[in-house]
Parts: sequence; structure tokens; C-alpha cells
Amino acid sequence: MATIILFSPLIGALICGFGWKFIGEKAAQWTATGFLFLACFLSWIVFLSFNGETQQIQILRWIESGSLSSDWAIRLDRLTAIMLIVITTVSALVHLYSFGYMAHDENFDDAKESYRPRFFAYLSFFTFAMLMLVTADNLVQMFFGWEGVGLASYLLIGFYFRKPSANAAAIKAFVVNRVGDFGFALGIFAIFFMVDSIKFDDIFAAAPELATAKINFLWTEWNAIEVICVLLFIGAMGKSAQFILHTWLPDAMEGPTPVSALIHAATMVTAGVFLVCRMSPLMEFAPLATNFIVIIGAVTAIFAATVGLVQNDIKRVIAYSTCSQLGYMFVAAGIGVYSVAMFHLLTHAFFKAMLFLGAGSVIHGVHHEQDMRNYGGLRHKMPKTFWAMMIGTLAITGVGIPLLYIGFPVGFAGFVSKDAIIESAFAATDPAARFAFWSLVIAALFTSFYSWRLMFMTFYGEARGDKHTHEHAHDSPTSMLVPLGVLAIGAIFAGMVWYKPFFGSEEAVDKFFGVSKAEEHAQVMMIGAAHAATETADDGHGEAKDDHEAVAAVPGQGALYRAPDNHVLHDAHYVPVWVKLSPFFAMLIGFLTAYQFYIRRPDWPGRLAANQQILYQFLLNKWYVDEIYDFLFIKPAMWLGRFLWKKGDGNVIDGFLNGVAMGIVPFFTRLAGRAQSGYIFTYAFWMVIGIVFLVSWMTLAGGAE
Amino acid sequence: MLFDNLLSIVTFIPLIGAAIMALFLRGDDEAAQANAKWLALAATTASFLASLFLLTGFDASNPDFQFVEESDWILGLTYKMGVDGISILFVMLTTFLMPIVILSCWEVTHRVKEYMIAFLILETLMLGVFCALDLVLFYLFFEGGLIPMFLIIGIWGGKERIYASFKFFLYTFFGSVLMLVAMIAMYVDAGTTDIAALLNHNFSSEVLDVWGFTIIGGLQTLLWLAFFASFAVKMPMWPVHTWLPDAHVQAPTAGSVVLAAILLKMGGYGFLRFSLPMFPVASDLLSDFVLWMSAIAIVYTSLVALMQEDMKKLIAYSSVAHMGFVTAGIFAANQQGLDGAIFQMISHGFISGALFLCVGVIYDRMHTREIDAYGGLVNRMPAYALVFMLFTMANVGLPGTSGFVGEFLTLVGMFQANTWVAAVATTGVIFSAAYALWLYRRVVMGDLIKESLKSITDMTTRERWIFAPLIVMTILLGVYPALVIDIISPSVSALLGGYETALADHAAQSMVAANGGGN
Repeated sequence: MATIILFSPLIGALICGFGWKFIGEKAAQWTATGFLFLACFLSWIVFLSFNGETQQIQILRWIESGSLSSDWAIRLDRLTAIMLIVITTVSALVHLYSFGYMAHDENFDDAKESYRPRFFAYLSFFTFAMLMLVTADNLVQMFFGWEGVGLASYLLIGFYFRKPSANAAAIKAFVVNRVGDFGFALGIFAIFFMVDSIKFDDIFAAAPELATAKINFLWTEWNAIEVICVLLFIGAMGKSAQFILHTWLPDAMEGPTPVSALIHAATMVTAGVFLVCRMSPLMEFAPLATNFIVIIGAVTAIFAATVGLVQNDIKRVIAYSTCSQLGYMFVAAGIGVYSVAMFHLLTHAFFKAMLFLGAGSVIHGVHHEQDMRNYGGLRHKMPKTFWAMMIGTLAITGVGIPLLYIGFPVGFAGFVSKDAIIESAFAATDPAARFAFWSLVIAALFTSFYSWRLMFMTFYGEARGDKHTHEHAHDSPTSMLVPLGVLAIGAIFAGMVWYKPFFGSEEAVDKFFGVSKAEEHAQVMMIGAAHAATETADDGHGEAKDDHEAVAAVPGQGALYRAPDNHVLHDAHYVPVWVKLSPFFAMLIGFLTAYQFYIRRPDWPGRLAANQQILYQFLLNKWYVDEIYDFLFIKPAMWLGRFLWKKGDGNVIDGFLNGVAMGIVPFFTRLAGRAQSGYIFTYAFWMVIGIVFLVSWMTLAGGAE
Repeated sequence: MLFDNLLSIVTFIPLIGAAIMALFLRGDDEAAQANAKWLALAATTASFLASLFLLTGFDASNPDFQFVEESDWILGLTYKMGVDGISILFVMLTTFLMPIVILSCWEVTHRVKEYMIAFLILETLMLGVFCALDLVLFYLFFEGGLIPMFLIIGIWGGKERIYASFKFFLYTFFGSVLMLVAMIAMYVDAGTTDIAALLNHNFSSEVLDVWGFTIIGGLQTLLWLAFFASFAVKMPMWPVHTWLPDAHVQAPTAGSVVLAAILLKMGGYGFLRFSLPMFPVASDLLSDFVLWMSAIAIVYTSLVALMQEDMKKLIAYSSVAHMGFVTAGIFAANQQGLDGAIFQMISHGFISGALFLCVGVIYDRMHTREIDAYGGLVNRMPAYALVFMLFTMANVGLPGTSGFVGEFLTLVGMFQANTWVAAVATTGVIFSAAYALWLYRRVVMGDLIKESLKSITDMTTRERWIFAPLIVMTILLGVYPALVIDIISPSVSALLGGYETALADHAAQSMVAANGGGN
């Protein structure tokens, strides 16, 4: 079944991409979408019937060289199962949505160009690559998916290939991701160097040894596992647009909006979080690396939220919001509550895809205007879209009833999962986590502000844009509204329904992720071992009992690993009340400020911006990160490239050789004149004679010996 | 076995074709040109079909030379041919690509007969290099290959062809003179020119004093350096790479394809056949040197590629960078590195060949290679855009294409040998993405504004058929690389086994020597 899920999007993509000429555009689109819905349906079956036991399915041999061996294979455990439903559900809905959204596109000539099959083929191909990523059973296959989604992302960002800005954004996305991949690749090499395998099972089993092993990397000796984890995380930073490597994500909004929803909100950008969770058996032994993850996550959460406060492009606001929410997930993963990271990943997929598709619906309704300053008062023009966006906003800002617990907390999806992260961050007491806690609370305030700002600017107040456009603004067709409805269900209920298995209690989490099963298994084995020990030595029994305690969980059994001394998940349920209330109040303050700024006194934002010109420009220009990179990396690389070419190759190397050959050059010039007319054959002839002579001489000389 | 001299048959079919053409084909009218092309196509195809018997008859589990032929030759020399897991795939690569190369010059009209003869002779010589098991024979093939290539650039090339062909010749000739001297020295030392015997010969690694210089590794180091001079130029390695961009730019499309896809591999093959197994102590001594040269090459040429204005030059520099992975993989001297290096060479044969063909497609239409002259081709050439995209992605080493496997394995190998080199070389994956995608964007993407391009046509059926086999191989090897690795692995293991034994012996000897000195 997993194999069918994995390959049906690929088949859909191939038929749609190459076969549309034979079966027609409409049929091609339906084929791709049909295969996706099939995958989605099967994924839910797999997810709901999954028993926690890790399964492996070999498909084909792949790269094998000496002791390095990797297969095309599927690893199905709880982590994979979660990702399966996230990916296929959002992807299927986005396919459906695209029927409406891509029906007409001003970038193409409808009569002459068939851009739709291409679009659907790319979407399906992306889904295949993403599924490859999450079902991989070794790091290289994961890398295949990792780069595959990068390719799909590149193709889709640059979908409007006539727009220079889209092309630039596409290249930027690919290259910045490659910077991350540089780290990821080195991480894989380091793992192979230390463990002599790149299969997850082997790597996880070796984790405890790696924790004490040393590796000589670059200039000095390091703790092996810390190096490996940091390198892998650099890969995650690229894919998940974390601070330093985040610059590509806002630009990626050049792609069509359904793409932003699928790739740059719900699925691909969460691959980094998935990677860290997948590597939990290693991460648990790498305290410094996880601290680094926590700090980068916290910084991203707050950095992106500040930038989001002042952006005017509706999609860019949501893009920065995505960036910020990914920071939340990394904080959770970094402090060791991987299940909570996955929880937020899941809920975020619903409400963020919803916000993007909602934004797409708005954009669609107002003739591809994206600047929120030209919106306003759209509530009555597109009520269904409005309500969808409202639900999304309530979810992302974390609206719920604090402190009420009826078997689960009551609130929108984001309320449940975000609070879980913030409480966990407080429960993990080290300084990095404390820094993260405060960052996340403040970021929650900003989140609330920019989300409501978006709502108010778009749907409330006076219509500010082109009068004609506003008058013709309309709600979207059914194919676009149905996906919104489905996602709305997720955005409302996902948090409450899955609270228990992701965060509720340690037992439930362990059971859900198959850890307890593994534990039982391990205990059985230990008991067996203990018996064996008692038979050989009388005092062996006590030792075996100690081992029994330590074996609480073995790295690599079940989908997640929690070290015996990691009690964050447990402690998170016993944080002080003010901690539990803090995100709620942050949300409230953000909402009220936005209300004050954009409903009651719409003149305030302008005045504030004018007053705080420097700060405003700083935020509006995204902390000038792009400019800094341009100055630090791009310009010097180009200069260096030109310098090495003209000076290095031209003057130094060729200059030197010309100097050496000075005596011969005039000869060449003379020859060159003649060579034009066929004398070159004469030259070649002499060359052959020369070689024959040399060979004969050599033979004779050799013979004399 | 089907034929006792299958290797010779494969090798000399093209030469026979060339001879027939030279002797019997007269005139320069259209019919004669067509005959020449068809004859060349038939000869190369026949050679390819014959080589398939080679592949099916090859026992991959046996690391020794197979299909060995040996007979006396002129001047007391021996004619000896044979292939093992390291060389057979280069033979296959050559026979596979040559029909494609011939097809790619179907539209040539200038001195067609001579052009075809040059390519056919070149094929025989290239095949000979990979099959020869005798030093003199190897040298003849190796250097002989220069001549037809020299002619192809010099006669059918671009405006600056004379400068380019002499630069090409000068560089390679300098290297080969040194190699010749080394070969003579080897014969003097070992008393044989049989490569199989030389592989088992222990060249002295005792410290030598030459004109007051102390040479660690002794004779081995000297021989190694001489061979290195030749192979490094052929590869080409930084800093002796500057002939390649010029040669590529001036060469006709088919010449570029052969140059990039096959001729460059001779250097890598030489390292594998001579440097590493015959001079293990010297290889070990100098491995860091080569690793660093390779790492520099990767970064240096990638940066240079970024700024190129000529498509062929850009791809040429990219080739140098990719060959950097090969040399580094070889001198990492471990299973992954060597497997990866060979794989990378095979894969680069398909990919770079295809990229030069991609340039050829639009050069044939617009007669310029300047990047700025293009833009927005996707609007009128969707099939071309797709093919070019595929090979661009293969060139940047996207997993799923053959480009990835080679890069990945060589890097894994490098990491075990030297983490610094691996880290520097891995930056190549960032740069390659930058220059390759930027090239693609400037040529294919964007709106079609330029007036001259408004009537450009998409690929013809012939052009599509040229690319089809390359596409299949690139993806097939990317998805199922075992096809190649299964063949090369046993021979590589054997090579490495011998290499490590030799090093261990050397270490033991030095220990004894040191102890002896102490007593």
C-alpha cells in the first residue's frame, strides 16, 4: 500500500506531463488529481490503521560501493505516517483548488499555450519527491527527495518563466537550498565515515557510541555526534528557511499561490523539522547541537515575525509567518519534544495552507492584485473566502479557552499546538530554552498583530484600491472553496483531536509513536539476557536489573527517541499558570493593537512609520539581509570569478606558458598561415613520423639494455 | 568464447571503415557525402554492436584482464590487448557515443569524407588506449589520438581554430614527452613493456639523490611525476586546464562532444592504470597534493564558469570542475572514491556530451555561442527546453541522475581521506547550481524578445533521436547505478588490495631500514 501511495503521484505526473497531448488537457489534469486523491485516501487508511511497528519495504538496489550500501526502500513508521497524510491531503486539495485558480492566467496566452498540464505535472512530481523524502529508509534516499522537492520548487517558483523576478527567485531558492544541502551532504559523509552505514537503523543503533566518539573535522577534533547533528541541521535550515538561510522563502512567493500553499507552507519547508525529528536518536545525544537548533529556531520565530509586521504584499506576510512558525517547530524539536514539533507541523499544515489558499482566493477575486494597501472592505464581496481566512487567522493566532481542559484543551488547532511548544520551552530549563520561551511569547504577540492586520486591511474598512476592481471582486468557484472547507475542519479540530497522542501524556505519546512497543520488546530481550546472566554468575542479577532500568528506550526503535534524562514532555504539563496564560495574553494584546491601528485609528500606522523611520525601513527591508548577502557573497563571487578568469587563466597561466613557448610561437604563426590551405596534413604527417621515430629509438635503446 | 580477437575487432572496425572510405569513396558531391556519413554511421554502429558481445561475455566477478590477445608485432614489439572492470566501461562509452557523434554532424558539408575519416580513426585510437596492455602500444594510441583531434579542431573549427589547436597540441605534447621518458625508464627497470607484468613489478621507492635534491619515494616518485604531467594535462587539472576552454570553443560540435566525453577520460584512466597501481608509494606521498589541486580546481573553475559569456566555454569550465571530482576520488584511494571516480567519468561522458550537443542544436540555428544572443527559447522550443533542463540538472548532480552518484561517491571517498578537501570540494555543489541555472535562465527562460530568435524552430526528429539514448542512460544510471558499479567494483577492490599491500610492505621496509640504521 505504501508503494502505491509513493508512486501514484509519479505516475500521475508522467501521464499528465507527457501524455496530455494525447488525452487532452482536461483529462490530464483529472488524471493527476485522481492519482493524488487515491494516494490521499490510502494514506489516511495507513495512518489510521498504523500500529506503531516500524515496517520496511525494499524496492530496488541503489548506490552500492564497498561497505556503502543504500536501497530504494520505504520505511513506514509513525513519523512517516503523519507526513503521508499531511502531504497527500494538502496536495490533493491543492490540485483540486488549482482547477479554479489556474483556469485563466494572465501570464499565458490561453488560446495558444498549454500551461495547465505542466503545472499539474510539476505539482504531482513535487508530491512524489516529497513522499520519497519522508518514506526514505536511508539518508541518501532522503537526500534524493530533498533535492527532488528542491527541483520541483525551482520549477514552480519559476513557473511564470517570462517574469524576470520569478526566474531570479527560482534560482535563488535552488542555490540557497544548495547551501543547506552542502551541510546536509557533509553530515551524510561524516555519518558514513563514523558508522560505516547510511541506513537509519544502523545509524540509530550506533548513536550511543557516536556520543563519545571523536572525529577529526577540518581544523580540529570534535565530538562526532555534535558535528553530525549541526551539519544535518544546516541542511534543515536551508529547506525550512531558518534565519541566515531564510532569504529564498519570501521571494518564492513569485510562484502561483497554490504552490505557495503546498510547497512553501505546508510540506516542503517542514522537511527540515521532519529531518530533525527523524534524527531524534542522534539529536538526543548532542546537547550543543540541539541548543543551536533552539536558538536558531527562536531567532527565526521572532525575526520573521518582526518583518511580517510591516509587509504589504499579502503573500509575503504569510510567507514570513510561515518562516516564524517553522522557528516554533525547531524550538520544540531542539528542546527534545519531537512529538510536539510534529504536532505543530501537522496543525500548521492545515491552517497555513488554508491561509495561503484563502489569500489565493482573494487574489483571484481581485484580478491578481497582491498589495494589501489596495484591498479593504472585501468582507461582503467574498464572504466565503472571508470566513475561511477568519478561521485560519483564529487558528494561527492561537485562539482558544485557556485553562479549560475537558480531556483535551479547547481551542483552534494553533492554540493547542503552539501553547504546547511554549509550555515545553518553559519546562526545559536551560538558558537557550528560556531565551526561546520569551522569544516565542513575543513572537506570538507579533503573529497575532500581523495576522489581524492582514484581516483588517483586506476585509474591513474602506475599499482603497481600484474602484473597478473592487466592484467586480467576487467569491471563488466551488473547486476553490471546497478545499478551503476541508482545511477549515482541520484548522479547527486538528489540535483538539490529536492533543493526546502528540502532547497529552508521555504514555500516549510513546504508544502513538511506537516507542512503548519497542520498549516492551527491549524489555523482553533484557529479561532474557538477565536470565542468562544469572545462570552464569550469581551476582549478575543486580547488574542486569540496572541495565533493565537504563533500557527505557533504545535509540531507533519506534519513530522517536527520548533519552532517559529528557523529562521536558512530562514537565511541560506542570508549568505555572502564568506560563500557560502567556501566549493567550500575547495573542490578545496583538489583536487589540491591530484593532486599534487598523480599525479604530487607521492613520496611526502611517504616523508611526513616519516617526520611527529607521526602524520601519529596517523591518520593511527585511533587516537588509539580502543586501548584506549581495555585498558579502554574490558580488565577491562574481568579482572573483572574473578575476580568476581574466587574470588567473589569462595573465598568469597562459602568460607563463606563452613565455615558455616564446621561441615556438613565431613558428606557429608562420605555420598558421599555411595551415589554412591544407598544409596541416603535412604537419600531421610529420608528427606521426616523429612518434614512430621516438618509438623505434626507445625500442632499440631498450633492446641494448 | 565467440571470437578470440573480439577486442581487436571492436577496436579496428572504425579504422577499416575509414580505410574503405579513403580508398573507394570518390568525389565531393551530395551523394558521396551521404555515402561517407552512412558508411561512418555503419562502422561506428558495427563497432558498438560488436562491443555488446564484449559486455555480455565479460565476467564481472573476475578482476583480471579478459579477452586478452597477444601476438608479436613489428620491431620486436608485442601487440597485447585486454580489458578489466576498470577499462571495459570506457570501451563501451566510446562505442556507444560514436554513432551519436556521427549523427550529430549529419549537416556538415565541408570536406565530409575527411571529417568522417578523422572521427573513425580517432575512435580506433581511443578504443586502443583503453584496451592496450603494452606500454608502447598504449603510447601509440594515446599520442596518436592527438592527431585526428588536432585536425578536427584545426580544419573544421571556428575562427581562432589554429591558436586553439596549437595550444591543445603544445600542452598535451609537453606532457607526453615526459611520459615517454618515464616509459623508457620503466622498461629499463622492469625489462618488459607488458602492462600486466608491470602492474606486478615493484618499482623502487628508496630515497634517491638527484643533483643534490633528495627525492622521497625515489624512482616511483620520478615516474609518477612524469606520468602525472601527461595525465594532468589530459584531464585537465588546474592549473594546466586553459587549453580546454579554447579547444572546446573552437572545435566543431562533434569534436567537443568527443573531447569532453571520451578524450578527457584518458587522463583519469591513466591515473587508474599506471599511477595508482604501479607507483603506490609515490601516489600515497603525493595524494594530498592531488587532492588539494582537485579541490582548488573545483572552486576555481566553478567561479570562472559563473562569469562566462560563451556557452561552450562555460560548459568547458564546468567539465574541468567535474574532472576535479574524478582526480580527488582517485587519489582518495578508497573503494568509494575509486568507484565514484570511474562512475563520474562514465556519467560525465553522457552529460557533458549531451550539453555540448545542446549548444550545437542552437548553434546550428543561430551560428553564435554567445549567451547574450539568446533568451526565451522555451517559448518556441519546448522540447529543447526540457532536454536542456534535464542535462542541466544532471550536470549539477541532482539525485536521480547519473551525475549525482559519481559526485556523491567521490565526496564520500574524499571525506575519508581529508575532510578539508571534502568540505572545499562540496562547495562545488553550490557553485555548479549557480552557474548552470544561471546559464539556463539566460538562454532558455524569459520572454522571447530578440528579433533574430522569433523564427527559431524546435528540435528535429534527428536531433531528438540523438538525445534519446543519452537521456535514457543518464536516468537509468542515476536510478540503478549498480549496472556500472557491479562491473567496476571487483577490479577496483583488487587494485586497492594491491595498493594497500604495497604500502604496507613499504612501511615495513622503512621500519626495518630505520631499525637497521639504529643498530
